[in-house]
Amino acid sequence: MLRFIVRRLLLLVPILVGLSILVFFWVRALPGSPADSILGERATPELVKEYNERFGLDDPVYVQYWKYVKTTATFDFGVSSATHRYVTDEIKERFPATVELAIGAMIFAVSFGIPLGFFAAKRYGSAFDHASLFLSLIGVSIPVFFLAILLKYVFAVRLGWLPSVGRVSVELEAEHPTNFYILDSILTRDWALFKDAVEHLILPAIALGSIPLAIISRITRASVLDVQNEDYVRTARAKGLPPRTVDRRHVLRNAMLPISTIIGLQTGLLLSGAILTETVFAWPGMGSWLRDAIFNRDYAVLQGGILFLALVFVLVNLIVDISYAFINPKIRYS
Amino acid sequence: MRGKRHIAALVVVASFIGLGAAGAATNATFVFAGAADPTYLDPALVSDGESFRITKQIFEGLVELKPGTTTLSPALATRWTPSRDGKTWTFTLRKGVKFHDGTPFNAAAVCANFNRWYNWRGPFQDASASYYYRQIFGGFKKNESTGLGVPLYRGCSGKGRYVAVVKLRRRNGPFIPSLVLSAFSMQSPTAMKKYGANQGELASGTFRPTGTYAFSHPTGTGPYKFESWTVGQRVVLTRNGSYWGKRAALARVIVRPISNNTARLQSLQTGEVNGYDLVAPQDMPTIRNDQRLQLLNRKPFNVAYVTINQSKPPMNNILVRKAVAYGLDRASVVRSFYAGRAVVANEFMPPAIPGYEPKVTKYPYNPNQAKALLRRAGLSLPVKIEFWWPTNVSRPYMPSPNLNFQAFKASLEQSGFDVTAVSMPWRPDYVKHVNEGTGGHLNLIGWTGDYADADNFVGTFFQSANPQFGLTRTGAHKKIALLLDKAEAEVNQAKRVKLYKQINKLIADFVPGVPYAHSTPAVAVQRRVHGYKPSPVGTESFYGVTVGGQ
Repeated sequence: MLRFIVRRLLLLVPILVGLSILVFFWVRALPGSPADSILGERATPELVKEYNERFGLDDPVYVQYWKYVKTTATFDFGVSSATHRYVTDEIKERFPATVELAIGAMIFAVSFGIPLGFFAAKRYGSAFDHASLFLSLIGVSIPVFFLAILLKYVFAVRLGWLPSVGRVSVELEAEHPTNFYILDSILTRDWALFKDAVEHLILPAIALGSIPLAIISRITRASVLDVQNEDYVRTARAKGLPPRTVDRRHVLRNAMLPISTIIGLQTGLLLSGAILTETVFAWPGMGSWLRDAIFNRDYAVLQGGILFLALVFVLVNLIVDISYAFINPKIRYS
Repeated sequence: MRGKRHIAALVVVASFIGLGAAGAATNATFVFAGAADPTYLDPALVSDGESFRITKQIFEGLVELKPGTTTLSPALATRWTPSRDGKTWTFTLRKGVKFHDGTPFNAAAVCANFNRWYNWRGPFQDASASYYYRQIFGGFKKNESTGLGVPLYRGCSGKGRYVAVVKLRRRNGPFIPSLVLSAFSMQSPTAMKKYGANQGELASGTFRPTGTYAFSHPTGTGPYKFESWTVGQRVVLTRNGSYWGKRAALARVIVRPISNNTARLQSLQTGEVNGYDLVAPQDMPTIRNDQRLQLLNRKPFNVAYVTINQSKPPMNNILVRKAVAYGLDRASVVRSFYAGRAVVANEFMPPAIPGYEPKVTKYPYNPNQAKALLRRAGLSLPVKIEFWWPTNVSRPYMPSPNLNFQAFKASLEQSGFDVTAVSMPWRPDYVKHVNEGTGGHLNLIGWTGDYADADNFVGTFFQSANPQFGLTRTGAHKKIALLLDKAEAEVNQAKRVKLYKQINKLIADFVPGVPYAHSTPAVAVQRRVHGYKPSPVGTESFYGVTVGGQ
């Protein structure tokens, strides 16, 4: 197992080098330059020229890449041309917000997706099964930003049950030692903050979790349908085990392998920044930050932010791979 | 005993007087939504509206604009007078003013601020740090870049504690009007020193302060003091209890960044914010129809125009340019696509600015006149031209470029032109091409002013060679440019106004482009918000604002 983990970690090096090259050239392939973007309507040719000379943006691309590799190797992603803040500082502030939202979305998706898929499989061909299929199709096909605006309109604007923007109410004074607000509220025993942070999380988590929910429920359904016809399940039933025990010990556990894969992949994707959800809910995470960076041609943020998220994605997948061994003891890594 | 009673009575009366003085002060909090976080909070080092939205509450300048207008009024200076040669300005300062750190505001503080800007070195000279200083003052004590010129500023001295004398190297008309910019606010020299306001670096092509002043210790004289800033979430300001004027009514002001238009509107509807800026045109009917909300107009302080690039024939021919002007149906565009929130522009500056001339040559839509002019120019119809317009953008002066373009294209084609459409994303491609003169014969663009002076409009467009219009400061353009030089150097306001009126007439006859709209942007607030006066220049003080009728 240890050898497997070390090998996978070492494989990260070429992956990151490849990624850094891709990101570096992709960012430069975007039309326009940071100078034009920063100076906007006030960008005279003289100012643009001065800007490019001063910051080496007119150097050959390989020179620029080498400079980028040297600084990135020391985890110095540079300074955002839009916010003028260190990219690493911004990641420290924004990544916890994205993680909190992703966890909220996954909790929603898993806690509704698995039961929905499981019971659809158990009632194969029934009205419930068809209804779950219909719901899943809606979940996958409805655009996230539309669902987000709709949820806000109903639950925030019309009913006034939940807040519409941000992570906490702006008038709430609270300590944020870790920047994970719900965790902070538990650590500091600030239950007003806990309630407020959870209320702010509900709508974005539902909006963001709708697609994973649909996917998880479909995978669960298919997986449970497969497993429940296996010989060992029939044997368990023939032995006279109660149906609940059969489902729990033999069906669900064996069906979990593809489900955990999809949960891992979806978590990785959610952690990569939910651009639309974060923008619509003014959620100060990585997604809305990267969206702004694309519009601003903010090279430092795009290069640093995307590389960081790619690293997170790869690490999450590694964790998913390792988790297989715990879910199914028959799997051993060598 | 009787004496004691009198004293007690006096104490009671004094208490009521005291309560009366602070009577307007409440515990109310005003929550306002901007579109983004501020960059940082040293006003001298930023140039974006979201930063100025905050610094406008914390800091004050020597002069300011009367709320809701473009009229200059006293702020930290109660009077300002030029010397006979116009190169020395004497500012009489307001007495009894203190910075938020308790240090006094006086002539030494004024000079410290001017000298700070003038003496900037290294990274501070970069345009990403000192954009507005460079624009107005032109250069530093020791310029470190070829793009900089001889600085306008020469020196500053105090005559006693409350008179500051600022010496310039040349006469300059825009000097006083430009001092309303938040970039030229007065900051506490003590706090700037203590918290490293003059420490900064250039990293990844961008200036960044390395001291803590600009992030956590901005110190001015304004009605609100800085309390905290949580990036991506809120900036909190509290009432300055030692303000030189009447204390602000609101106990706290919170400004939060919400980049999405719909999210800003919905947060106003839910009451999570009391107001927001940059209202999208499509959201205006919703706000108008909501009894709890109201729209407040900013006076027009922008101009939408079509550039005519004279470096591309046949646009070097005045007859063709006039044909373009007659061929653009500006009135229809303004009537159809601005929802009643714009007026037709005839000049390159809005009417609110001194120097606007109502009697310039006008070019009402007239296709026959346009065709006749093209024939007089010896061209066979239709005349082929390229017309560029931007995508992915909505500007206050141009909410829907696509609609503007389609209408103009149709009217030009009725007027003897054969229009080839070219579109591309606004930022950065489109703006770059238009600014560098590599766009089309005609291009849609516009401008929002920074400060209330004609120089900020017509001076910006026409004083120098400008590739946007294909102007090289020769021929007829030279005459306009020389007059603009003269107007810039004039400090007598009446003479300046006269010069700009003359210039506007010349520009209208020269037709370097066709201005077509001055729009009225809006701020949305709840009905229970009172005293909010939107400034034409885009950022206003929340000093007079109250919430809930308090």
